[in-house]
Amino acid sequence: MPAPRSAPRPLRDIAVVAFAQTDHRRTSDELSEVEMLMPVLHRVLAQTGLRTSDIGFTCSGSTDYLAGRAFSFTMALDGVGAWPPISESHVEMDGAWALYEAWTKLLTGDVDTALVYAYGKSSPGSVRDVLTRQLDPYYVAPLWPDSVALAALQAQALIDAGDTDEPALAAVATRSRASATGNSHAQLRGSVPRGEHAVRPLRTGDCPPIGDGAAAVILAAGERARELCERPAWIRGIDHRIEAHGLGVRDLTDSPSARLAAERAGAFERPVDTAELHAPFTSQEVVLRKALRLGEGVDVNPSGGALAANPIMAAGLIRIGEAAARIGRGDSDRALAHATSGPCLQQNLVAVLEGDPR
Amino acid sequence: MSPATRPASSRASSPASSQATTPATGKEPVAVVGIGQTKHVAARRDVSIAGLVREAARRALEDAELTWADIDAVVIGKAPDFFEGVMMPELYLADALGAVGKPMLRVHTAGSVGGSTALVATNLIAGRVHGTVLTLAYEKQSESNAMWGLSLPIPFQQPLLAGAGGFFAPHVRAYMRRTGAPDTVGSLVAYKDRRNALKNPYAHLHEHDITLEKVQASPMLWDPIRYSETCPSSDGACAMVLTDRAGAARSPRPAAWMHGGAMRSEPTLFAGKDFVSPQAGKDCAADVYRQAGIADPRRDIDAVEMYVPFSWYEPMWLENLGFADEGEGWKLTESGVTELDGDLPVNMSGGVLSTNPIGASGMIRFAEAALQVRGQAGEHQVDGARRVLGHAYGGGSQFFSMWLVGAEPPTS
Repeated sequence: MPAPRSAPRPLRDIAVVAFAQTDHRRTSDELSEVEMLMPVLHRVLAQTGLRTSDIGFTCSGSTDYLAGRAFSFTMALDGVGAWPPISESHVEMDGAWALYEAWTKLLTGDVDTALVYAYGKSSPGSVRDVLTRQLDPYYVAPLWPDSVALAALQAQALIDAGDTDEPALAAVATRSRASATGNSHAQLRGSVPRGEHAVRPLRTGDCPPIGDGAAAVILAAGERARELCERPAWIRGIDHRIEAHGLGVRDLTDSPSARLAAERAGAFERPVDTAELHAPFTSQEVVLRKALRLGEGVDVNPSGGALAANPIMAAGLIRIGEAAARIGRGDSDRALAHATSGPCLQQNLVAVLEGDPR
Repeated sequence: MSPATRPASSRASSPASSQATTPATGKEPVAVVGIGQTKHVAARRDVSIAGLVREAARRALEDAELTWADIDAVVIGKAPDFFEGVMMPELYLADALGAVGKPMLRVHTAGSVGGSTALVATNLIAGRVHGTVLTLAYEKQSESNAMWGLSLPIPFQQPLLAGAGGFFAPHVRAYMRRTGAPDTVGSLVAYKDRRNALKNPYAHLHEHDITLEKVQASPMLWDPIRYSETCPSSDGACAMVLTDRAGAARSPRPAAWMHGGAMRSEPTLFAGKDFVSPQAGKDCAADVYRQAGIADPRRDIDAVEMYVPFSWYEPMWLENLGFADEGEGWKLTESGVTELDGDLPVNMSGGVLSTNPIGASGMIRFAEAALQVRGQAGEHQVDGARRVLGHAYGGGSQFFSMWLVGAEPPTS
């Protein structure tokens, strides 16, 4: 990892001004991706009174491997209504990175508003198997190590290092799903059994629900943000970093990429009161709490986090949206939002959001 | 940075008003200082996917005389992941591209992705997030069969027929009917581009015995598109090192400067869509010309690298991009204006008709435009090229990305 540098000040003040998401569900057989997405886009636009033609830049995140066909995102564009033609881009990444691209576009001063959306339907296939296709195609993917098995390796490494134990992991699950009782969009909430071991030491209760969902965010710069939103969630910093792909060369009990991203986003300059972490497995919250230096006073995953709803490709963007929504409601003044991608937290994004002083 | 020191209070006191939004403090100019390509071929069985992309990246670094440590971030693009059977391959490629500990973004905007990827990278510099960025696009099409990969039957949607040619052939026919262009124009484009490719050591197809008669005698694939008027399926990668003004000042070789860049999208299918000359393409070009101060593209632009996967798209795009009036594009082709020694050379590198690693094809157009204004295009250099347009499109003629690069830094 390069030596940490001081966080640069963004060229322009940019804020999250609206957020909407689906009710995340185990299946949505009756809906196409665009049908799932469209109500979310309508809701997020309605929050600001903007129409598609008012938006300066649109960016989305999704993956063909969930849809099972090439160019799947082109049809989702129908949900936006890209006519007259729009300035638009797409990342084959979680929507949090689509938001990052939109943020850079806003920084250039070319546009003042951006629509960001993401969606994923895990229900048509076996997502545990699908995610093995992300791995090194020559040396690892042929072995089909599934996503739960890899997360279990990480959990075992944490237990071996004395960083956690099975009861502590169970407590993370219990707390997350209890928090989710206040989240009407969540898929798993309330009392959820620890369950049998899925892959030791992880039990089914340590794993995220598999489900379908979509989310959308609107970004705006400067005065435009104030016009569109009562209390914008200003992005004080946002950064993302990737680690080596090979699990054998990484220390799975730590997340240097999350720490560096947080440093660059200015997360350590002042404490946050809230953190929305994209930790699909209980053990990954342990890693992230350490890397992000989150103390006892921080409200972690008040939405229930990815353990309550984990629509792949949207779950990271939802963390930013949930953090912004809390700031908008006045429940937070400074929040950290995190997104991850790849096996065992290989790639991490951190955003620091703030409301204006009250 | 301390948020408390920011002028939040002054803004907090200003009511929601029609006041202009906070201006950015000015975009940083973006320069291309390194370009690298692999020798494009049908199948690079000698290298892995990682080996392929690293080869192009290293060449770009060598051109810029920089090392991996000089790169702040990596922006990578490619077309559908199914082409190689690797989901979100940037995760696996992080090590090969020296991205460990750095930000890595992966763009996918269909066939326009090579151009879009470069433009996403330019935002990082223009927005002053990073000083020097490596951007790269690739496709290793020998890992699968791209034509059938593009022919998935989708329930309740129009079938794309057999490959992209089946989709685009009716639109070529519509162009011919609309303009009355003679049947031979397509073969002229193919004959020109394949001869240009002979001057480009990185081009995939090097048909030394090419003749116009051979092109015109080649089998009809998707009427009116003949076999020799279609793009090949290639393995290849293209990389560029983009940097800010300070980086360009340190560059050992001339920089190419971005004067304008834009993306536009429209839906695949809708009532009233003009497949022959899509509005998104016109809007995208207009945005680029506005940024670059181009009043008359035919006069102000010296050469074009445009995305022509089927020969007839040269005259079609000449009109869409404003180089010819509607219905007149084929006359430029027919009269030799677009030849390498013509008044407006098009696809000096041999174009997509000679090299097509799909995900990289857009970036190759952007990079070849930059090579021209840097004066480093070798045998296919256009003398005195000062301003050159790079163009890419994708999907059902619905995604467009373009940039205009110049030999001089932008003035504004």
